[in-house]
Amino acid sequence: MKILVAVKRVIDYNVQIRVKEDNSGVVTDNVKMSTNPPDDNAIEEAVKIKEAGKATEVVAVSIGEEKAQETVRKALAVGADRGILVKTEGVVEPLSVSKLLQKIVEKEKPDLVFMGKQAIDDDCNQTGQMLSALLNWPQATFASKIEIKDGMLEVTREIDEGLETIEINVPAIVTCDLRLNEPRYASLPNIMKAKKKPIEQLNASDLGVDISPRIEQIKVEEPPKRKAGIKVASVSELVQKLKNEAKVI
Amino acid sequence: MSVLLIAEHNNKELKPFTLNAATAASQIDNDVHAVIIGHKCEEAAKALSKLEFVKKVIQVEAAYYENFVAENFAPVIIKLAENYSHIISSANTFGKNLMPRIAAALDTSQISDITKVIAPDTFLRPIYAGNAFATVKSKDVKKCVTIRPTSFDACESTGGSASIEKAEASEEFSKTKFVKREEVKSDRPELGTARVVVSGGRGMQSGDNFKLITSLADKLNAAIGASRAAVDAGYISNDHQVGQTGKVVVPDLYIAVGISGAIQHLAGMKESKVIVAINKDGEAPIFSVADYGLEADLFEAVPQFLEELNKLNTIQK
Repeated sequence: MKILVAVKRVIDYNVQIRVKEDNSGVVTDNVKMSTNPPDDNAIEEAVKIKEAGKATEVVAVSIGEEKAQETVRKALAVGADRGILVKTEGVVEPLSVSKLLQKIVEKEKPDLVFMGKQAIDDDCNQTGQMLSALLNWPQATFASKIEIKDGMLEVTREIDEGLETIEINVPAIVTCDLRLNEPRYASLPNIMKAKKKPIEQLNASDLGVDISPRIEQIKVEEPPKRKAGIKVASVSELVQKLKNEAKVI
Repeated sequence: MSVLLIAEHNNKELKPFTLNAATAASQIDNDVHAVIIGHKCEEAAKALSKLEFVKKVIQVEAAYYENFVAENFAPVIIKLAENYSHIISSANTFGKNLMPRIAAALDTSQISDITKVIAPDTFLRPIYAGNAFATVKSKDVKKCVTIRPTSFDACESTGGSASIEKAEASEEFSKTKFVKREEVKSDRPELGTARVVVSGGRGMQSGDNFKLITSLADKLNAAIGASRAAVDAGYISNDHQVGQTGKVVVPDLYIAVGISGAIQHLAGMKESKVIVAINKDGEAPIFSVADYGLEADLFEAVPQFLEELNKLNTIQK
């Protein structure tokens, strides 16, 4: 079985982002970038499946600018066998990403495609579902547990009401939740080894997909600031304030 | 052209966020039609026809619609879509799972999780865990939009008298099978719509200690929330998680107990009207959004809180 894992390069989750003064977007220059956190879970799960002898190859793919190569390299350092970088400029909407991934899937013919359930930059939560629509494959979104059975997967999904279990036939798409597993850190020897693993580079235009944006970003603004609050000295003061000032209890 | 709202329900009743999505749909266009796909969902369809704003209900029935599998739902909506300019649903796990499958099939770039309708093609939406807001304009002919339910008021559940039309089911998608759903039943208010939410974090130290949160929630008739750290540690189940990848809540009162306030958690609660933080670390980021911060050991403060609330009740009686 072959697993393709899609990884995205995003502003690190610990960075307090800043909006550009001209409201055209957020500041990305000199900002720490990392792999989108649930994509780390996706890679980890694929590598674990391979280590358990249930997959033969794990291929990491990223779509983005030249520097997204670092994100692919990191996936290789934690156990992916080889990488693919589809180079693009500017904003690539989830619909375009899923069309590019569709081309990669047609070429690579994986049995499973894993990715994070949501990117923490645009917070869209679309790509996996879109890819599975384009391929007409089953989808298991928000996965917190994956069990491989004969020709199919049993997946536990985190939904608003609790947990849901579904069975999907392979080939299939799985989008991963943060609770799926505990992503490992890359060891130094593995980081060195990853430098020798191949990364195939393609241009989006080579794949014959129109990726021009359909959504115009008119402006990006900071959220309204909350009025500064106060510290209270005791529980009784807190309760008095809630009752008499805020009038919420 | 009209707007098509996708109703969320449990085959008996409508899910409350359908009412918020109806309001959002009505802000795009007056002519709101609603589609309900399910199995033996007559009652829910009737409830849908009574909603303020809903002008027509389309009911689609089949046994394989019982469990809301997106692969089965999407073809129904794709077929109906030719008559509509917009497809709308809530940006909860139901809508998040379903809408992109529809959008991709319609070759539409979806707009997720909007908090405001600025014009029928222009919307406001949070990005970067709500640390920025983007105004975006769709250039697609058909628009697929999910709405953040807590950003729109629920519409009235009475007053409407829409006709109910039946439409044909689509073919079953046989490669996905529903197995089971484990729902946590509770008599408490629902987290997404509760007036008061009491949340616990890593500071609770154990699942057992969450009893303190439960007692406080009981006293205040509140829903129970949690930070990701508390859910990851197994103190409480995932359906309680508040934050960027969990639920977004906007209660009148949010009480954060033993929660440090990572930006991912703040993303889910910082629009609450009044925020209380109880934390022994005075430097915790949660205090930056709290209206009332109490720097204290939660294991002393919460029992005192309960006592004070008891006193208050006695006075009121």
